[in-house]
Amino acid sequence: MLRFLLNRAGQSVILLFIVTVITFFLINLAPGGPSGVMRMDASESERQAMIERYGLDDPVVVRYGEWIFNAVQGDFGTSFSSNQPVVERVLERIPYTIELSLFTLALAISIGIVLGVISAIKRGTIADYSINFISVIGLSVPAFWLALMLIQWFSIQLGWLPSSGVGARGENFDLLNWLSHLLLPVLILSTTILPNIVRFTRSSMLEVISQQYIRTVRAKGAGERTVIYVHALRNALIPVITMIGVLIPRLLSGAVITEAIFGWPGIGTLILEAAQSRDYPLVMGVTVIITSVVILSNLIVDLVYSKIDPRVKNIS
Amino acid sequence: MENVTGLNGRPIAVSAPAKLSLMQRLYQNKLAFLSLCFIVLLHLVVFLVPLVWPHHPDRIAEIGIHASWSLTHPFGTDELGRDVFARLLHGGQVTLLVGLAAMICSIIIGVLVGAVAGFFGKSIEAVLMRFTEAMMAIPNYFFVLVALTVLGTSPTMVILVIAFTTWMEIARVVYGETLKWKEYEFVEAAIASGATKMRVLLRYVLPQVTPSIIVAATLCIAGAILTESAISYLGLGIQPPTPTWGNMLQNAQQYIWTAPMLGFLPGIAITLIVLAYNFLGDGLRDALDPKNTK
Repeated sequence: MLRFLLNRAGQSVILLFIVTVITFFLINLAPGGPSGVMRMDASESERQAMIERYGLDDPVVVRYGEWIFNAVQGDFGTSFSSNQPVVERVLERIPYTIELSLFTLALAISIGIVLGVISAIKRGTIADYSINFISVIGLSVPAFWLALMLIQWFSIQLGWLPSSGVGARGENFDLLNWLSHLLLPVLILSTTILPNIVRFTRSSMLEVISQQYIRTVRAKGAGERTVIYVHALRNALIPVITMIGVLIPRLLSGAVITEAIFGWPGIGTLILEAAQSRDYPLVMGVTVIITSVVILSNLIVDLVYSKIDPRVKNIS
Repeated sequence: MENVTGLNGRPIAVSAPAKLSLMQRLYQNKLAFLSLCFIVLLHLVVFLVPLVWPHHPDRIAEIGIHASWSLTHPFGTDELGRDVFARLLHGGQVTLLVGLAAMICSIIIGVLVGAVAGFFGKSIEAVLMRFTEAMMAIPNYFFVLVALTVLGTSPTMVILVIAFTTWMEIARVVYGETLKWKEYEFVEAAIASGATKMRVLLRYVLPQVTPSIIVAATLCIAGAILTESAISYLGLGIQPPTPTWGNMLQNAQQYIWTAPMLGFLPGIAITLIVLAYNFLGDGLRDALDPKNTK
């Protein structure tokens, strides 16, 4: 177990290292990179001051060395636009994204598994086809367009739900107000991952139902309900855990759009602001920190999976 | 097809299903076949109708702004008085071409990385596959945002950036298939008879992988069109006045009260074409699956 853990942790560190190299060199070698980062209206002396302050005239490799040396100590530099440390700005925003993501995961996984199982046990029926049809529609609708339609209907026409923001926090906290602000963003973000969960659960369930041991259970004379819910479902859901690892980058990617539409002050709107103001230490920091979150959650998913299904350890 | 009853009472298909051509198999899946027809039809409309359509997408019509339906302007005019139908057609050309071009670039990168890593193995494999995994770990839109900010938003850059963030899935599929096929006797025989590695890869291994690549390519176009519309929404896509369905939709947001159709039409157009490509991809996957004996 320890060897497996160390092995996987080592791989994660290497992955993260490659991500920093790709991102750093993309930002610094592109024509619109750090030299263009400084605002157009800056005077020559300000420009010089910035070059000196951020070491912009050093070779890229040297700057990368300095960046990674500081980053491993948790120092991602200072944001150009607000003069705050990058880590501080990310930490301010990340709880909002986690809140949105957890609610979305909970909703999408519970609905997705139910629909996937129905689709599998009713294979070939109208229910199966309708679920598949709706899933493909969910994969095909541009999320922001759907969001705009929902905002127009529920917020503007009916006035039931707020169209943006996170609601009152702190002392004025109100449960109903909080949930009403969450509902539309969570719904929209769910559509970006729900179809994948449905399809994955369905194929996993079909795979298990075709196994020999299920035939044995049937031959033993067990009722259909026992076969499905006691024997098949438990084994079919194990691979669904690995699915979560794949969904998290999708979820965070979708959060950029969802947060932008609903004015949700999470990490997605932070990367947008950072990109628009060409705040390049912030862009770099946000990308690397968010990717670390993905890699870390993949590591956790792998560990949980190997705990539940001991066959995995032998493979890797 | 004649069915014979086997010992266990279940019917056994006697004629080999492999004899059906791909088109015949696809035809059996009504949804996929309809999607293919829709895709062909939409391309014909978008690329041929502008040749005879009297209105120019950038020119202002005489009937003024936000005109509603009429015979000369079937979808009315937009906020500047331009013919909406003409803009939809031209926007469609750009959107479909961006999707197609991004797919081709994405397939080239994906096949190259996957096939080389799977076939040559050793350190090349380690480097390429770690690179693939690293790219998969970065949430897509974060990378797209960063890349478009520093590289600019010309159509070429939009295509390349979309391709560069979507090739990983294809690389993994091709990698897995290449690993599988290079163990087969006919490949070993080709190596033993002195064919160069490049020749073995191109002549014997890659043709086996083609079905998976076709499916991936179809789904990839769908993804690319959606990504283009999303980055247009964020203001980092292809810039107006060049119309795309994505930036038309983004632009229409401000007129959601005065002219709701402006936003509705490009949204429906994107949804339908992406839906058709997704259904076609699913249908092709079933039709090309050797296990599928239906």
